[in-house]
Amino acid sequence: MTDASGLSRRGLIGSVGAGAALALAGSGALYASGREAARQPTGTTHPFYGVHQAGITTAAQDRLHFGAFDLNPSATREDLIGLLRDWTAAASRLTQGLGAGTFGPLSGPYDAPPDDTGEAIGLDPAGLTITFGFGPSLFAGPTGRDRFGIAARRPEALNRLPHFPGDALDLAASDGDVCVQACSNDPQVAVHAIRNLTRIAMGRASLRWSQLGFGRTSSTTSDQVTPRNLFGFKDGTANLRAEDTAGLDSHVWTAPGHDPKAGWLDGGSYLVARKIAMHIETWDRGSLREQETFIGRTKAEGAPLSGGTEFTAPDFALAGREGRPLVDPDSHLAMAHPDRNNGVRLLRRGYNYVDGSNTLGRLSAGLFFIAFVVDPRTHYIPMQTAMARSDLLQEYLRHVGSGLWAVPPGVAAGQFVGQALFS
Amino acid sequence: MKTPALLLTATLFALAGCTDNAPASTPGDLRALSVTASDSTCGLSAQTAPSGTLTFSVTNTGTTINEFYLLAADGLRIVAEVENIGPGLTRDLVLSAPAGSYVTACKPGMVGAGIRAPFVVSDSGEPVGPTGDDAALVAAADALYGAYVRDQAEQLLSGTQEFVAAYTAGKDDQARALYAPTRVHWERIETVAESFGDLDPKMDLREADLEEGQEWTGWHRLEKDLWPARAKGYQALKPAERATYAEDLLANTRLLVERTRTMSFSADAIANGAKGLLDEVATGKVTGEEEYWSRTDLWDFQANVDGARVAWEGLRDLLKRKNAALDTQIETAFTGLQALLDRHRSGDGFVTYDKLSPAEVKSLSDAVNTLSEPLSKLASAVLA
Repeated sequence: MTDASGLSRRGLIGSVGAGAALALAGSGALYASGREAARQPTGTTHPFYGVHQAGITTAAQDRLHFGAFDLNPSATREDLIGLLRDWTAAASRLTQGLGAGTFGPLSGPYDAPPDDTGEAIGLDPAGLTITFGFGPSLFAGPTGRDRFGIAARRPEALNRLPHFPGDALDLAASDGDVCVQACSNDPQVAVHAIRNLTRIAMGRASLRWSQLGFGRTSSTTSDQVTPRNLFGFKDGTANLRAEDTAGLDSHVWTAPGHDPKAGWLDGGSYLVARKIAMHIETWDRGSLREQETFIGRTKAEGAPLSGGTEFTAPDFALAGREGRPLVDPDSHLAMAHPDRNNGVRLLRRGYNYVDGSNTLGRLSAGLFFIAFVVDPRTHYIPMQTAMARSDLLQEYLRHVGSGLWAVPPGVAAGQFVGQALFS
Repeated sequence: MKTPALLLTATLFALAGCTDNAPASTPGDLRALSVTASDSTCGLSAQTAPSGTLTFSVTNTGTTINEFYLLAADGLRIVAEVENIGPGLTRDLVLSAPAGSYVTACKPGMVGAGIRAPFVVSDSGEPVGPTGDDAALVAAADALYGAYVRDQAEQLLSGTQEFVAAYTAGKDDQARALYAPTRVHWERIETVAESFGDLDPKMDLREADLEEGQEWTGWHRLEKDLWPARAKGYQALKPAERATYAEDLLANTRLLVERTRTMSFSADAIANGAKGLLDEVATGKVTGEEEYWSRTDLWDFQANVDGARVAWEGLRDLLKRKNAALDTQIETAFTGLQALLDRHRSGDGFVTYDKLSPAEVKSLSDAVNTLSEPLSKLASAVLA
């Protein structure tokens, strides 16, 4: 993309030493009078505009900064639209390695604060994607008031997730009017995105909570190696992948006509976020036998205990000694399997997290679970209800944060995210 | 994932690999054997090994479930075994083997005598744990622990009868006084009680563990009714409701007693039960979450520790034979934890959880870790 007033981070390198930047970027840079014109930044970038928002089927990056925002009590419909417009513009730039504002971190009036905070100067965007979602409270505020004139277009499925057995939610780290998922292979780039979007929102919306994540716990494309979660096991082996377009159409993207009141969401999805604390200290004291039994897979390769290799389909009927199935029916593998869940599949995109340690000297660690699904009523709530009750792994888990957001479809150039909701 | 810590670890491993190849040529390697188990063959990388800790890494290359056994020279007594190896999977069998003649056997399909071959453990001259008739010691541990479980279950029943009588009669002070001392009997055998998946949720569920639409019954339902101070806008139970919940708890307790009468316990069940009780302390008691309304968490804490101690004591003779150092470590940790708990005694019981300072909670938590780490090795030690 070209933006005559833009200033890329690589352009900034150029402003320090144009020759070096040229050599580094390997592409020609155009310089206008006293101000760098836009160049195509190099590095890994994903298109911001498209049929679907990026950051869903995009190959899962290694780092996350997830922000949940609340609109200010005084915010009007115009404020919300203006915010989405501004966020869209900033996200379209940031994801391409440009500054948050049109001047960038080192330009603009000398007596004005820079319109980009600057910590991403010289950094590769490292695959940055920014994905927006609308929470139930955006449609009906704390008092049930239709603050923005959109209550009639609230999707049927967009309700706060119910209380699941064992939930110990911190309400200050749950929910939010709007969510922003920023993923990048560089943590500083992801933080830079949320920081600048937060700044742009000031006066209209404020950050309710945010979460850093490291170490993706799912693969979203076929060529990605399955990573490990903090239990030390591969996670996301059976995940929906970008290449499985039929699976995505059935299980991730909302189809036209899915919800007559919410046609604006066609081509979108729902984002389920759960902050799942892990009792890792007690987990680490469990025998390998117990750990593998609870997961239902080998720790080494991630093969189902019924045999084979990582991607071998589990054989839940295969019985060993005393006629007991090799894969325990209450193992995490069995509980989460489509066979036990009316065939539903999720596109998981979670991250490990460690928020330092707590007062007992235990790591405040776990999984920040993110899943994109076509309908949480069929694709998350029944599964989580069953898992909270019976999953063997539940002994070592505690859900401490929760949120559900409707994720609008992708943005076309010249539009803003979620525009159809307001038209 | 590219965290600095992982990179650092990888670097350290790489360095170790470059600079120190010595262990690869030590006799330790002779004790690492591989077993390739197909549907019709049982291939061992060696037919002999020096005495000490042997590791058989068993890979099932066949199409059916396989097993691997190390049998005594008579071909009858099982020295060690690994079961339920799915096709394509590898599982390690680790055991401490004294010098002598043995028989190895793979058992594809889990049927028949298996594919057998002689195996010799030569005398390495290094000390190997003494062996003897473990069965008698396991039977003694089972008898001891089984008797303990039944005794505690019966005391729980008589205590519960007294408690619910006071509660249904509206004698709240008396019921409050009986609550923690009665629950102690539950907490001492909590891992056994929890093994009854139908009874535990009816008797010991916390309010947050309910699913939507599920009725809340059991101890904590009554606890909240007796200590409603932390409950916002709480509606006290009416006498008829009290009677219903009390009768339900009593009926389930009777069922529990009934079921424990015929239970028997293997060595690993007893050992894992001890570890499980300490896990309960770590996740529920030391954090003050178990007894949210009454704040009597330290009673439960002590009771879990009591139960773990009895389990360990029953296995001590076996453990001392297998791993005396571990036994000493566990003993020291129990003593340390008990000394710390004793500081918080008050009258016949303990101070309430809210009286503990954050530093006191932290030191209790640390003492639990000190005990839990060696205790988590108890099962593998007594099974070795």
